[in-house]
Amino acid sequence: MNQDSTKISLTNRSKVVSNKKMTLMERFYLPAIFKGMIITFKHFFKKDVTFQYPEEKRPFADIYRGLHVLKLDDEGRERCTACGLCALACPAEAITMVAAERKEDEKDLYREEKYAATYEINMLRCIFCGDCESACPKEAIFLTNRTVPSEYKRDSFVYGKDVLVEKKNARIDVSKRQTPEVLAFKKDKSKSHNK
Amino acid sequence: MNIDFILYKLLFAVIILMLSLVVAMYATLAERKVAGFFQDRLGPNRAGIFGLLQPVADGVKLFFKEEFMPAKADKVLYILGPCLTMLVALLSSAVIPWGDTLIIGGKEFALQMADVNIGVLYTFAVVSIGVYGVMIGGWASNNKYALMGSVRAASQMISYELAMSMSIVTIVMTSGSLSLNEIVSQQHGMNWNVFTQPIGFVVFLICAFAECNRSPFDLPECETELIGGYHTEYSSMKLGFYLFSEYINMFIASAMISTLYFGGYNFPFMNELGLSHNWISIIGTLVLMAKIFFFVFVFMWVRWTLPRFRYDQLMRFGWKGLMPWAFINMIVTGFFYMLIKRGF
Repeated sequence: MNQDSTKISLTNRSKVVSNKKMTLMERFYLPAIFKGMIITFKHFFKKDVTFQYPEEKRPFADIYRGLHVLKLDDEGRERCTACGLCALACPAEAITMVAAERKEDEKDLYREEKYAATYEINMLRCIFCGDCESACPKEAIFLTNRTVPSEYKRDSFVYGKDVLVEKKNARIDVSKRQTPEVLAFKKDKSKSHNK
Repeated sequence: MNIDFILYKLLFAVIILMLSLVVAMYATLAERKVAGFFQDRLGPNRAGIFGLLQPVADGVKLFFKEEFMPAKADKVLYILGPCLTMLVALLSSAVIPWGDTLIIGGKEFALQMADVNIGVLYTFAVVSIGVYGVMIGGWASNNKYALMGSVRAASQMISYELAMSMSIVTIVMTSGSLSLNEIVSQQHGMNWNVFTQPIGFVVFLICAFAECNRSPFDLPECETELIGGYHTEYSSMKLGFYLFSEYINMFIASAMISTLYFGGYNFPFMNELGLSHNWISIIGTLVLMAKIFFFVFVFMWVRWTLPRFRYDQLMRFGWKGLMPWAFINMIVTGFFYMLIKRGF
């Protein structure tokens, strides 16, 4: 109430509230009502903000953090080596994996000798922070601008490799997330997660 | 009283009923569309182009919903409530002059169901019965929220009816007639009552909002406090009747406003156009419709602008705000009427 008028305002939008008596004109309310009606009438002609969802989708930013993808390398081999850094980095403990050793005849499937036999992300736990992505030393996991669809059962939200690994014939472009700056950041050994 | 006359009246009655129903039907769509536009949304647009089939879809949905009746409800009254509301809503369209006369084959046909010489009184009587539908429905539901809603409705309607009738008394005083047709024909051209009775018009408009239970006076059915108000226990088409009659009431109230204050089927330069009598009548009817639709839009406009009154504010406004103004308006009008017209 009795605020100092010279007080510094951060936004210049704050108003001092008062209980002053209303003037006669204000007590008629009608001018205020017309003012309000003019405001709503202006909105009548404003552009609608609606996206007609199934036909029209809201454009996501290229670096939107949505559904994860496990990348394949250029020859179509899985990049993930099941090192577990993503699971360790995950603040929501959404990621679990089981590592396995690559067999001799699986060289075209897995890039390195160790791979993730199972790799699961619980999408109900995941908070889409992207820490797994920055923790990954192999550029194997990325967040994409896709969303997690709704499901009927809670179990269905535990995504396995069948969903997460990208298909050979339907590659998912993550080049927007993998800029030179990001790569440089990942190579920087002074950063804690790369030590 | 010949067969032509009876046939014509029958046909006209059917047309007016259909018109009221169809307009009310599409007013539900218009309401949702207008609400959407006011809130920067699109409104319903999936059923048919521009959502034109939405009212049909709503109707079908209401028809096929479960008919639920509370175990301890008064069966007869429970059914009577929505029926009465609907009946009364449709009844008041009988005295509204929808247009001038049409001359077909030398005979004159009035575009009005019944030119009774107590038209204004009739409308008031019918509108007052409207509260019974709400009251009976709320009482018969045997539900405290429904009862509270209907008690609110009753007291609100009675309170606002006073100011409303007082503003009409001034109209009756200046025009010297209770017949709506007479009141309209006196507003020929641009001599609309709104110019001589601005205060009366504002009072009447506000009271019309209250009588229709429209926002900001929609306390009888306020969802936040009373779940649904008087129709809490209603479902299926009985609920549909209640909701539907609100839109018919809105249509009729707009027609009344246009008739009493905005010259009804009169429009400027109607004599200078040089058209035949029939054409003037038809254009007049269309003009009246345009006026009605404008006021229906105003009803919606206000609904999506103003928040709801608190109940004590509502009562204070009705008795201490509107009543004195209507009273002052009546006395001042009477005074000047005596002074000027009678030459005292």
